[in-house]
Formats: sequence, structure tokens, C-alpha cells
Amino acid sequence: MHPSDTNLNNPTPVISIRGLYKSFGDLQVLKGVDLDVFKGENVVVLGRSGTGKSVLIKIIVGLLKPDKGRVNVLGQEVENLSGKELDALRLRVGFSFQNSALYDSMNVRENLEFPLKMNVKNLTKKQINRAVEEVLNAVGLKEKMKQMPADLSGGQRKRIGIARTLILKPEIMLYDEPTSGLDPITSTEINNLINEVRENYNTSSIIITHDLTCAKVTGDRVAMLLEGRFLKMGNFEEVFSTDDEQIKSFFNYNFIT
Amino acid sequence: MSHSKSRHHIFSQGIDQYFTDVYNAWQFVLRFFREAFKPPFHFGEIIHQCYEIGCRSLALITLTGFVTGIVFTKQSRPSLAEFGATSWLPSLISIAIVRALASLVTSLICSGKVGSSIGAELGSMKVTEQIEAMEVSAINPFKYLAVTRILATTITVPILGLYCGFVALLGSYFNVHAHEDTSIISFFENGFSSISFLDIYTSIFKSIIFGFTIGVIGCYKGFNASGGTQGVGRAANQAVVLSMFLVFIEEIVIVQVSNWIRYY
Ligand SMILES: Nc1ncnc2c1ncn2[C@@H]1O[C@H](COP(=O)(O)OP(=O)(O)OP(=O)(O)O)[C@@H](O)[C@H]1O
Ligand SMILES: [Mg+2]
Repeated sequence: MHPSDTNLNNPTPVISIRGLYKSFGDLQVLKGVDLDVFKGENVVVLGRSGTGKSVLIKIIVGLLKPDKGRVNVLGQEVENLSGKELDALRLRVGFSFQNSALYDSMNVRENLEFPLKMNVKNLTKKQINRAVEEVLNAVGLKEKMKQMPADLSGGQRKRIGIARTLILKPEIMLYDEPTSGLDPITSTEINNLINEVRENYNTSSIIITHDLTCAKVTGDRVAMLLEGRFLKMGNFEEVFSTDDEQIKSFFNYNFIT
Repeated sequence: MSHSKSRHHIFSQGIDQYFTDVYNAWQFVLRFFREAFKPPFHFGEIIHQCYEIGCRSLALITLTGFVTGIVFTKQSRPSLAEFGATSWLPSLISIAIVRALASLVTSLICSGKVGSSIGAELGSMKVTEQIEAMEVSAINPFKYLAVTRILATTITVPILGLYCGFVALLGSYFNVHAHEDTSIISFFENGFSSISFLDIYTSIFKSIIFGFTIGVIGCYKGFNASGGTQGVGRAANQAVVLSMFLVFIEEIVIVQVSNWIRYY
């Protein structure tokens, strides 16, 4: 898929961010972020640890409030939404947490059922079972249905976390470091999963990572977050065929070590 | 919070922190009343929590209640015997247990067992982003986690309090029966003749307030945990200390008020 095509066919972005500022006390994290994500597109956000990548996507789903700037998701200004409207929007946006954030007290099956049962009334047992099986098949972990999250490996937890967001059939997926702390083979599996999710669920995504393989495999466009703003945006080759020292050092570091 | 450095402090930082804490806890209480009476109601979860709380503390309450009854009776006997008034034992014990001991013992045990486990559970959910995970799936974590637990402690602690009183009286009866050979009927007749309905109502009312306090403080500390696994331990610990402290303060206030009602 060519990124330029997606842009031409879908001129209105599903996520549009303008002039976003956020600080915690004296620490300025985001200093004027602009970003558009178009329908059907995977945008990768690269950046060093602590540059505010997680903060950025938490602002998109309204978990954090920006100091300044506009965030428009699926045609709605996040800041102006009432509690109910925000909930309705959140159902359309899947959020996969950096550390999976599975509910410790529930087994895998209950983890998956929980968002469904709480949000969709009057489902039959059969419908719930079918939905659970479908997402477990999508992430390839059908045999883990009865296990507790504590008994899963890191990669399995990530996949169950993704399955839990898929069960609500989101239009947008936000992945926070889906491959961090995983071995290269498991990382490849997750990268493939991200691409499969886009195909099968028709999602547009933001993928946060510092893993360049992940960026290359999953991203239509890559955006480099440095010192609170996007320094460079474009496809993978464009971003890294640059003379900018900071980007080059990021690139070199990733491939040498 | 991280920006407390740059903030202007009216008193010293520690005292400011304390008042901020009290203010935030108060906001938490107000939020409970705003949200508790709006649907959806998670009845299943409330019952589940009541069951959990009951299971967690029943054995300890049984033991402590029984031992309190026996020991209190044993220790009071010599003083009464000096006046040849051991026949007053049942009424003295009943007054002490119903007016003070049952609800206080129960609440202190629940502060320790239930308060700390709520603080730790919610604290760990907070630091591992499970609470945020609920929010992004359009589930209100305050309603699902805090309101259900606060209601559960408010319902369960009074029931456990009544049970504790009953077990303590039973313990006392065994001791009295062994020494004075009193029948169980005359023991309870004697005991209940000296307590009024006001005593029982006050005792239940106190337990309700204590239960509410334990739930609110446990949830408040859990929801505001920060700083990894250490923060979870801190939340559990602070929940116990603060709720015990508040239980004592409330006990004093309620005793004062109920004495005014009794004598005026
Ligand atoms: N709730 C918060 N309160 C105070 N500071 C925060 C908060 N959340 C994030 N920060 C700070 O904001 C900065 C950016 O955090 P963020 O989690 O977005 O980093 P990141 O880019 O996701 O890093 P990583 O790749 O390690 O996950 C950090 O310095 C962090 O300390
Ligand atoms: Mg992060």
C-alpha cells in the first residue's frame, strides 16, 4: 500500500492534532505537536524513551488533558466531549498499553469478555463465546483461554491485550510499544499481527515504538518525535535518508546494537 | 505531585500536603455520592465484594470477639466481687460489648484486613494501568471499583459488627456459666434488660459509618497510588493507618452525640 494513495483517497484524517502542548510541572513534554492520521493508514511514532510518546496517545483518548492545542478524533473534538460522548468515542478507539495492563484478577477469557459485557447489553452466551473465540483466533492464542495473566509470557500478554481491544471492533488502534522487551521472533509475530489487524478489522493505527524493524514493517509513514515535536515525517526511507544528526544517531544506534 | 516544588506553600510542605490529602479525600466522598445513585448499578460486583470481605475477616472476628468476651468477663469479675455484685456481670458486659466493643473491634480488624487489601488491590491496578485500561474501554472505574467496594464495606461491617457482638456475648456467657452457673436464658435476659434500642441503633449506625470510612479510605489510597510496587505497599499501609485513626475520631464524636441524645 502506498501512503500517497491513502492520502488522496481519504482526504479527511481520522485523527488530527494541531499545536499540542503538554507539561508536567516544570517539565515540558510536548511542545507543539501536529499530526494527521488518514483512514486505513499505519503511522509509526518513533522517539527516545521519555520524549512523551505515551503521553501523546493518552491525550488522544482523553486519559490526559492537553495544556494547549486541538485534538480531533473521528470528527470530534476530544476536549469538548461530555462523559457519555467520550465513552462512545473510546469504544471506537482501541488502546493497547505498553505493559498490556491485563486485569490480574481475571483469567484470559474474563479479560476479553469484560469490555464486551460492560458495554453491549443483552448479549447471549453464544454471542459472547463467538466474539472471544474470534479475537483469540486473530491473535493466535486460543489454547490460553483459561490461564491467568500472571502465567502468560510477555509476548502472550501483549497479544491478549491487543485481543481485548479488538473485541469491541475499533476503527482506530493505538499501540504503545507493541514489541518492546520481546525477542526478534516474537516481535516479528507481533508486527505481522498488527498488519493482519489492519487488513481484517479495517483499522487506522498509531504505532509507538523505538524498534526500527517494527517501524519499517508496519508503518506507511514514520514520524520522529524529538524534543516535544515531530522533527521529520514521511515514509521510512525519507525519514532516515537525512543529514540530521539526531535522527541519524537514533538510526545508527538501533541497528548497531 | 511532581510540581509541588514550584507551588507556593501556605504552611510547611508537610502540613500543606496533609490538608491537600484531606481535601482530596473529601472530594472522593462527594464523588461517591454523585455517582452511587446513577445507573448502571453493578449489583453482582457488590455482592461479590461483600462475600470477599466477609470471607477475609470472619475467622479473625470470630476469634477476637470470643476472646474479648471471655477476657473482659474474667477481668471484670474481681472488681464486682468486691461489692458482692457478680450478678451484675451480664449487664455490665452487655453494655460494654453493645455500646463500644463490638463495633470498635470489628472496625479495627476490618481496617487491617479489608482496608489494606482494598488499598493494595486498587493500588496495584493503578500502577499497572489497569484502571486506565478500564477507562479507555468506556468503563467507569470509579463506579465499577470504588463505589462497589465502598457499598460493600458499608453493608458488611455492620453485619460483622452484630455477629462480633453475638460471639463476644457467647464467650462471656461460657465464662459466666462456668463460674456463676447462670443459665443462658437468664444471662441474656439480664444482659438485654440493661441495654436500650438506642444503644443498638447507635452501635449499628457507628458500624455503618466505620464501614463507609474503611471503604472510602482504602479506595482513595488505592486510586492515588503511584511509584510502582513500593507505591502499592505504601497505599495499603496508609489505608490502614488513616482508617484506624478516623475510626477512633468518629467513635469519640458519635459517643458524645449519643450521650447528648440519651440525657437531654
Ligand atoms: N502522569 C504524569 N505525571 C508526571 N510526569 C509524567 C506523567 N506521565 C508522564 N510523565 C513524564 O512525561 C515524560 C514522557 O513520558 P512518556 O511516558 O510519554 O514517555 P515515552 O516517550 O512513552 O517513553 P518510553 O519509551 O520509555 O515509554 C516523562 O519524562 C515522564 O516522566
Ligand atoms: Mg511510553
